[in-house]
Amino acid sequence: MAEKQDFIAKSRLINEMSIKNRLIEFFTKWEVILVIIFTLMFVFFTNRTPYFLDWFNLMNATFQFSEKAIMALPMIFIIMCGDIDISIASIIALCAYAVGNAAQGGASIPSLLLISLLVGTLAGLFNGVMITGLNMPAIAVTLATQSIYRGISIGLLGDQARTSFPEGFGVFGQEFIPNTIIPYEFVLYLALMLLFAFILHKTTYGRRLYAIGNSAEAARFSGVNVKLTRIINFTITGFFCGLTAMLLASRILSVRSNIATGWDLEIITLVVLGGVSITGGKGTVFGVFIGSLLVGYLKFGMGLLKFSGTLMTIVIGSLLIIAVLLPRLLDLYKANRKLRLQAQH
Amino acid sequence: MPEHAPSSLLKKALERRELTLMLLLVVLLVPITIRSPQFLSAENINRILNDMAILSIVAIGMFYVILSNGIDLSVGSIIAFTGMACGMINESHPSVSPLVLLLVGMLIGLLMGLLNGVLVAYGKIPPIITTLGTVNIYRGLTFVLSKGTWVTAHEMTPSYIGFPRTTFLGISYLLWIAFVVIAVFYYFSRFTRTGREVYAIGGNPTAAKFVGVNENRVRVVVFLISGTLCGLAGALWTARYASAVNEMATGFEMQAVAACVLGGVNFSGGAGGIIGVVLGTLFLGVVTNALPVVYLSVFWQTLVQGLIILIALALNTLSDQRKSAKLLAQRRG
Repeated sequence: MAEKQDFIAKSRLINEMSIKNRLIEFFTKWEVILVIIFTLMFVFFTNRTPYFLDWFNLMNATFQFSEKAIMALPMIFIIMCGDIDISIASIIALCAYAVGNAAQGGASIPSLLLISLLVGTLAGLFNGVMITGLNMPAIAVTLATQSIYRGISIGLLGDQARTSFPEGFGVFGQEFIPNTIIPYEFVLYLALMLLFAFILHKTTYGRRLYAIGNSAEAARFSGVNVKLTRIINFTITGFFCGLTAMLLASRILSVRSNIATGWDLEIITLVVLGGVSITGGKGTVFGVFIGSLLVGYLKFGMGLLKFSGTLMTIVIGSLLIIAVLLPRLLDLYKANRKLRLQAQH
Repeated sequence: MPEHAPSSLLKKALERRELTLMLLLVVLLVPITIRSPQFLSAENINRILNDMAILSIVAIGMFYVILSNGIDLSVGSIIAFTGMACGMINESHPSVSPLVLLLVGMLIGLLMGLLNGVLVAYGKIPPIITTLGTVNIYRGLTFVLSKGTWVTAHEMTPSYIGFPRTTFLGISYLLWIAFVVIAVFYYFSRFTRTGREVYAIGGNPTAAKFVGVNENRVRVVVFLISGTLCGLAGALWTARYASAVNEMATGFEMQAVAACVLGGVNFSGGAGGIIGVVLGTLFLGVVTNALPVVYLSVFWQTLVQGLIILIALALNTLSDQRKSAKLLAQRRG
């Protein structure tokens, strides 16, 4: 027994001393790998086309992914707890419908925002209450509400579109901060990203999410109100669906019932690619931030090189699988190394 | 209470998901038929069954994946790829018989399912992530294969397009194929060792491993089944709708999952049956076809489907909870 403890202490010492080990530990972190991939991608595109590394283009490209990147933030909370929400695109469509309809009725911009946020929040709350109240799996419930929310906007809107919006409505989704090349949307995203990073990593609420994701049972026994926390997550997500719907409607100035179709899976992809474990309890906002930029600029760069959109879906699908497979292989490698090190000493 | 009292038999029957569904189906059919007597005409029934045949084939594949505690989001993309491949083969080699095309579709689907299964079983990637990746990859490959073009009706042979509609004993080939698939997989899940192993893995993977079930093998098998059936569905899809387009069957995975949920398949794995899935598919078909009868525009179809899924889900969960509460009470004596 004493021998074993001695052995453990020794190997721990070796581990701590070795700079090489530390480097390996560092470079096998998913966030670091993402940054490396991101840098390589930048170098590659800069080499291939002169239009890539151009500040105006880089900033302009953020219009294409800011909204999805914003939605990925609250989705981190949901996935962190081991839940999932595949109804967000439908909630966005429902909010956008509400906005488009109210705008046609002559509502002002602040009241449009209020309506959108209210509809989104209620839809998210309904998800959360259904899931935790009856103890049903999140994927099944949000599959149903996906059809329900989308169905309401299809039923009410049919094949029509809402295209009349108040004066100045396009500012949020289309314009830049005066005298700069930075879009409002992107600034909003960066601010929200910092806010979510703060909540997740520096507050009790954030730490609770990790606890729930690792073991909901253990979290409950240590006094975390698991159900309430999960309801709050879904409600927050609904709220941000409302915000995103405003931005989206403002950007494209047209609301149809098929708006944002397919966004659910794209946004979940961003979160998982960013290193958040689908079973919960693992991941960082920084990882998702890099993941979102990676996907956004990958699409932009491939577009510049005239790759078809379909090739992008293949690349992103493969990236997603690699993103989950690679850490597993790295873990295996690390475990093997440790075994070998122990055998040597 | 004696073991075979009629009331207890009735209770037992009502606990069976299949019977409840059948009862619901009848309850649904009565007002519809009163409103529009043609609804139950042989012609209309035949139409509904034919409409639902492809979904029932795909839903059975989905059933096995959900049964093993997974989900297959890639079914729509596999259908698209195989459907496109079959359409293009038919265009370039018109002499190839439709039956061979079905086999080619199944083979391609099998390979795509194999990739899913290997990634899940040996890569240890959760099924939802694996198929979230492959749904994109397979859809992308469909575009690569077709180079963005379509295969239209006049580019395909009449024998291929006519295949699903050709009748034998008054029933279309499409329906015959669906019947065969249902029968084969009913047998598979009730009477074969592998079929029972899927239930075991879904119900309690740890216990299943202790009694010697090879978990990885079962996980690969369920995706093989799903992939192969999607391949079959793809080949039939192109023929039935007489065109192969890149976007075909987008979102079909949700329909298949919906049929399973309606059929009482439990999302936490290990519970459900083929008959339930088939009835769930039928239920969806009747509801969809009944909308015009009750003067509801087709635009409301999505909402109605969503509501039905949510209600079915809640009923499933409540009955499960009641059952486990009863079991617990029994154990306490």
